[in-house]
Amino acid sequence: MSVLDSKVPQGPLAEKWVKHKNTINLVNPANKRNIDVIVVGTGLAGGSAAATLAELGYNVKTFCYNDSPRRAHSIAAQGGINAAKNYQGDGDSNFRLFYDTIKGGDYRSREANVHRLAEVSSNIIDQCVAQGVPFAREYGGLLDNRSFGGVLVSRTFYAAGQTGQQLLLGAYSALNRQINRGKVTPFNRHEMLDLVKVDGKARGIIARNLVTGEIERHGAHAVVIASGGYGNVFFLSTNAMGSNVMAAWRTHRRGAYFANPCYTQIHPTCIPVSGEHQSKLTLMSESLRNDGRIWVPKNLEDAKAIREGKLRGVDLKEEDRDYYLERRYPAFGNLVPRDVASRAAKERCDAGYGVNKTGNAVYLDFEASFLRYGKVEALTSGNKDASEAEMIALGKKVIEKKYGNLFDMYRNITDENPYEVPMKIFPAVHYTMGGLWVDYNLQTTVPGCFAAGEANFSDHGANRLGASALMQGLADGYFVLPYTIGDYLANEIRTGEISTETPEFEQAEKDTRARIEKLMNGAGTHSVDYYHKKLGLIMWNKCGMSRNATDLQAAMDEIAELRADFWKNVKVPGSADTKNQELEKAGRVADFLELGELFAKDALTRNESCGGHFREEYQTAEGEALRDDENFAFVSAWEYNENPRDAKLHKEDLVFENVELKTRSYK
Amino acid sequence: MKLTLKIWRQAGPEAKGKMVTYPLDGVDGDMSFLEMMDILNEELVNKGEEPVEFDHDCREGICGSCNMMINGQPHGPQKLTTTCQLHMRKFNDGDTITIEPWRAAAFPVIKDLIVDRSSFDRIQQAGAYVSVNTSGNTQDANSIPVEKEKADEAFHSATCIGCGACVAACKNASAMLFTSAKVSQYALLPQGEVEATKRVQDMVRQMDIEGFGNCTNTGACMIECPKGIKLENIARMNREYLKAETVS
Repeated sequence: MSVLDSKVPQGPLAEKWVKHKNTINLVNPANKRNIDVIVVGTGLAGGSAAATLAELGYNVKTFCYNDSPRRAHSIAAQGGINAAKNYQGDGDSNFRLFYDTIKGGDYRSREANVHRLAEVSSNIIDQCVAQGVPFAREYGGLLDNRSFGGVLVSRTFYAAGQTGQQLLLGAYSALNRQINRGKVTPFNRHEMLDLVKVDGKARGIIARNLVTGEIERHGAHAVVIASGGYGNVFFLSTNAMGSNVMAAWRTHRRGAYFANPCYTQIHPTCIPVSGEHQSKLTLMSESLRNDGRIWVPKNLEDAKAIREGKLRGVDLKEEDRDYYLERRYPAFGNLVPRDVASRAAKERCDAGYGVNKTGNAVYLDFEASFLRYGKVEALTSGNKDASEAEMIALGKKVIEKKYGNLFDMYRNITDENPYEVPMKIFPAVHYTMGGLWVDYNLQTTVPGCFAAGEANFSDHGANRLGASALMQGLADGYFVLPYTIGDYLANEIRTGEISTETPEFEQAEKDTRARIEKLMNGAGTHSVDYYHKKLGLIMWNKCGMSRNATDLQAAMDEIAELRADFWKNVKVPGSADTKNQELEKAGRVADFLELGELFAKDALTRNESCGGHFREEYQTAEGEALRDDENFAFVSAWEYNENPRDAKLHKEDLVFENVELKTRSYK
Repeated sequence: MKLTLKIWRQAGPEAKGKMVTYPLDGVDGDMSFLEMMDILNEELVNKGEEPVEFDHDCREGICGSCNMMINGQPHGPQKLTTTCQLHMRKFNDGDTITIEPWRAAAFPVIKDLIVDRSSFDRIQQAGAYVSVNTSGNTQDANSIPVEKEKADEAFHSATCIGCGACVAACKNASAMLFTSAKVSQYALLPQGEVEATKRVQDMVRQMDIEGFGNCTNTGACMIECPKGIKLENIARMNREYLKAETVS
């Protein structure tokens, strides 16, 4: 029997959450006033959780490394947020959202968690609208929807190409209201450096004030980790520059199991890498696949001529273009899930059909939709015999309204006008489905330590569908964690204030100071970025879009070697007693150097292909992912070891009672 | 291309700062402005010197972290663009570029190009919200229809990223554009009506407490705003404020 208890309630799937809420312990309002909760991270999950916990009456402290909670990377989410509102009357329901998410995740997520996510999805939209989040609306004044990959309904709510920004500002407003009431104390420009446990329970954190360099102790009755994902282990990703795994990894080191680290989402539509100086990659929203068609030339000679600058893609005749997603997956076409679209792009580029200098790009073309929208626009504005040129001009205006900010961003970065020539795109690391293992209550294997949003592993299986990250972040923060945490805190009402003057805090602070000193006293041969870039290359080449046993083994060895070199030779200038961005980066890269090895180990252990995890040894004759449900229908939860290759594997078997495990087909 | 950079260096809040000149070679037109700064910093670190500290995070023009005064202009010469989205192809070989932090009493310097913008947070805390609990018992989202035009306008006001360029551009260091954008978002939506009076009063009061200057309608804020937040927002806030003062 596994040591992992998922605590999934008994009963029919659709009744589990309601029944659970009705039976778990509650904390009475007077007692809540005596209970402190620390929330690390202020994105959608952390911000909404902190606001709601404070609303309920708990005393909350929030921590973020930015100068304001409003800058968390949730803000960069573009496309939208899913909810089973069925406003379009196209047959949507909680069950369909649940089913799409389970299938999209390639049957590697927990049924009960995903169904709960679908159940609360509608509440999120109601809540956000009540807060004044300005979602896109139709002329009748009601909310508009669009479609995302891997589904056959329109259930995505949006605010132009800035949905994440508007939702985060909504959560930030709720948080501000509680800060104003004194129920939340924000610690901005602070970074969590360790989790403190007393008698086996999470009782606080050690944090560094990034402005003064001071090391601080903070006690609480529970700690919530909502610090986002670890895509920056690849150096180049769509994550913010500061996004890191430190809070989650420090928690892992103190006993929380880390689940499915190898499940990474490589997003199909990003602006391709342009040179060695590149510091990050920029996403072009999946919503563009509603209206853009993806293609490469049909003939190798044409592709070669385009790469050499002798031919322009826009001049290629229709019959010489290969709309490979529409060809391979007629049912879902350009809207297949992200993992499928990414692999298909890689397959074409590897076969020599890439369309930029490096050969690593495909076209995302809007020509057809300019005409389609223009035609409707001309007809509805009374111009019954518009010329094609007029229609295209009108259509461009419609596209500008829908995606203007994305088109501007593309033009700024590439110096090409996407209204005139097709965009060039290529897959890039975007989101990590893996994270801290949590039970149904979102509690990690350390009692009193919870994880929410991208930082946990729970809802997306081996691949996340578009517009589901925002949904999960807000579901966890507004509607799940604030209630499930009460079940734990109900036993804490007699504990009294958590003192930080204890041997446990003393020791944790000492460990933290020693680690900083070690980082400051490297031999000083190479900068932090030197190591981070090297790690990123190993990850991308050997643990990226397709993996095999030989490469993964090599990756583990290379990362271990790089880590040893880092601790000996890293160069961190300046002092630890002031603002020091190199020291901040060094601490984060040190953790990535451990995580990277566990990541490779996890990928090596999972001898199957599923979702974003594609092992070359396990594929169908047509090159599709080949799952092994017999042997691998489980969550891999790793127990920490200072040599990540010796981490101990614990398995949580995934039980499917409501869906039949099938080979995912989008044909 | 080869550049000469003149950058404000200041060791800490109390330290005396000064402009320091750095020559930089090997800059490519496809680099963003911050990637150019990365190269300079990598050079400094390799020489054992302290790199230039600056705020940045998403590098997609949306988080509002980056804030550099480039040749006297907030976020540099390109309209509707944050520093991170400014690319070096806008500059020429041999250019001299001066880089300074935002200058405003309400934005004290922390180190080098980093300033403390927590005053912006406190203005929002004073009233930039609708008092609705996350009980999950709110009414159905579509029971609050909003005229599309108004919804679009509210959205536009809500796209402010809180970078502070408006304050840096203003000769009075006024935060009227920032504050009014949020006041406008709620003023345009039915959800914001109930608390409209108190909201505008509380936010304006906090703005004054923080030491931001007054608005003299020069419009520099709108010109330099990377998100194109319009001056109409200020007019709307003035109306809302007058209305609130008359009512109370």
